[in-house]
Amino acid sequence: MPETKPMEGNHAVAEAMRQINPDVMAAYPITPSTEIVQTFSSFVANGLVDTNFVVVESEHSAMSACTAAAVAGGRVMNATSSQGLALMWEILYITASLRAPVILTVVNRALSGNINIHCDHSDSYGARDTGWLQIFGENVQEGYDNLIQAVRIGEALDVRLPVMNCLDGFLVSHSYELLQVEDDQAVKDFVGPYQAVNPLLDLSNPISVGPLDLWDYYFEHKRSQLDAYGPAKEAIIEVGKEFGKTFGREYGLFEEFMLEDAEYAVIALGSAAGTAKDAVEALRADGMKAGLLKLRAYRPFPAVEIAAALKGKKAVAIFDRAASYGADSFPLFSEVTSGLYTAGQLIPAVNILYGLGGREIIPDQIISVFRTLPSVAATGQPVDPVQYVGVRE
Amino acid sequence: MSHYAPDAKYQEMAPGGIIPQAGNAVEYNTGTWRLQKPYRRDEDCIDCLFCWVYCPDVACWTNGDPEKPSVKGMQFDMEHCKGCGICAQVCPKKCIDMLPEGAE
Repeated sequence: MPETKPMEGNHAVAEAMRQINPDVMAAYPITPSTEIVQTFSSFVANGLVDTNFVVVESEHSAMSACTAAAVAGGRVMNATSSQGLALMWEILYITASLRAPVILTVVNRALSGNINIHCDHSDSYGARDTGWLQIFGENVQEGYDNLIQAVRIGEALDVRLPVMNCLDGFLVSHSYELLQVEDDQAVKDFVGPYQAVNPLLDLSNPISVGPLDLWDYYFEHKRSQLDAYGPAKEAIIEVGKEFGKTFGREYGLFEEFMLEDAEYAVIALGSAAGTAKDAVEALRADGMKAGLLKLRAYRPFPAVEIAAALKGKKAVAIFDRAASYGADSFPLFSEVTSGLYTAGQLIPAVNILYGLGGREIIPDQIISVFRTLPSVAATGQPVDPVQYVGVRE
Repeated sequence: MSHYAPDAKYQEMAPGGIIPQAGNAVEYNTGTWRLQKPYRRDEDCIDCLFCWVYCPDVACWTNGDPEKPSVKGMQFDMEHCKGCGICAQVCPKKCIDMLPEGAE
């Protein structure tokens, strides 16, 4: 029977993994995702799952083993953070290129240096071009729900791509919240049995994996991979709907919070989106037509859908929890405004850089940003859209 | 067809860049990469088959006789030999010479 109980973000992810019962996990611990691997390894030791747990000597090896196990024909999971994800870099591209649907929970943590263990999105953002799908959760429940959905999304036959289940380090991973834990069998029924495509261990149908691919076919293979991201968008929507029907919590590419009739909007992802909801409610009570677009799917990026949802807004503030050094503005801003330009909607927009290395963000700060938006709307697009919130200057 | 046509479109590619047709490396001419080519002096060869075992490109031919395999007189598959020289290196009799490509 489903039950509601207080649970930490990391434990919630491990609990979903126990219910999914993957074939292989090859992991190396790193704060703040260590607890996922640690908790899950106790499930393995206690015989609660059938998973083959591979102990490796680095994250590079972890992702190599995961990719190989997925290519061999298994359902594979893993978890990491920050430098761990950075060390996986070389293999991340290969996992996606081989269309191996590995599921990786990324507990978001700032990249060094200086060394920091707290939340920002520099690790996941840095991996945005690797070909992995990236789904961001706001809270403990979404970390649990998104992992279950990630299995179906990544394994969809017209998708076959690896998925990152991203959640904020400490803010979600180490916070206790009330979690609706679904029935074991219901989760197993939802994800279904694993269906391998061209598995390397199918000895009666031998294939070559990862051959040399030069000027003659490489471009065609990459072009073919690009065709998977449209279906991935569809899969996120379809699986989110089915999850809603099955468990009562529906998901999409993003969540619109009081957005439809809003004049001013904030766009954010991760736990800050929860903080922004408080800000929006406070401003609504105060008479301002404020709204929030909480992004869930960062890859594939729903540029067209976001532009449609923002149509008619007077000004927007786009929140980034990671810089892009040397760029005019930061990743989420660049991608949202690019989508607005393509859609012919030149809505004045500002880019808020906040929360690096775990610096807190509170509703009052987001309210202050909303309060500046009417003047942004009046004066038009600022030449320098970047503003900093929460840094001492 | 056991491999993709040179003008195959991206829509025809198997997902993941795999080669779903096994065993077609034989049709891919990698012999053009070679700078040096091996030549075995058969009079010194003792048929230890080290060259056959160590060749990374399966380009060292034998007579195909499972009872009495021999490389003598067989030389090498020049469409797939990349001229790496491993055969010459591992030969205990040093009877494989690496000659400049194009030499007679």
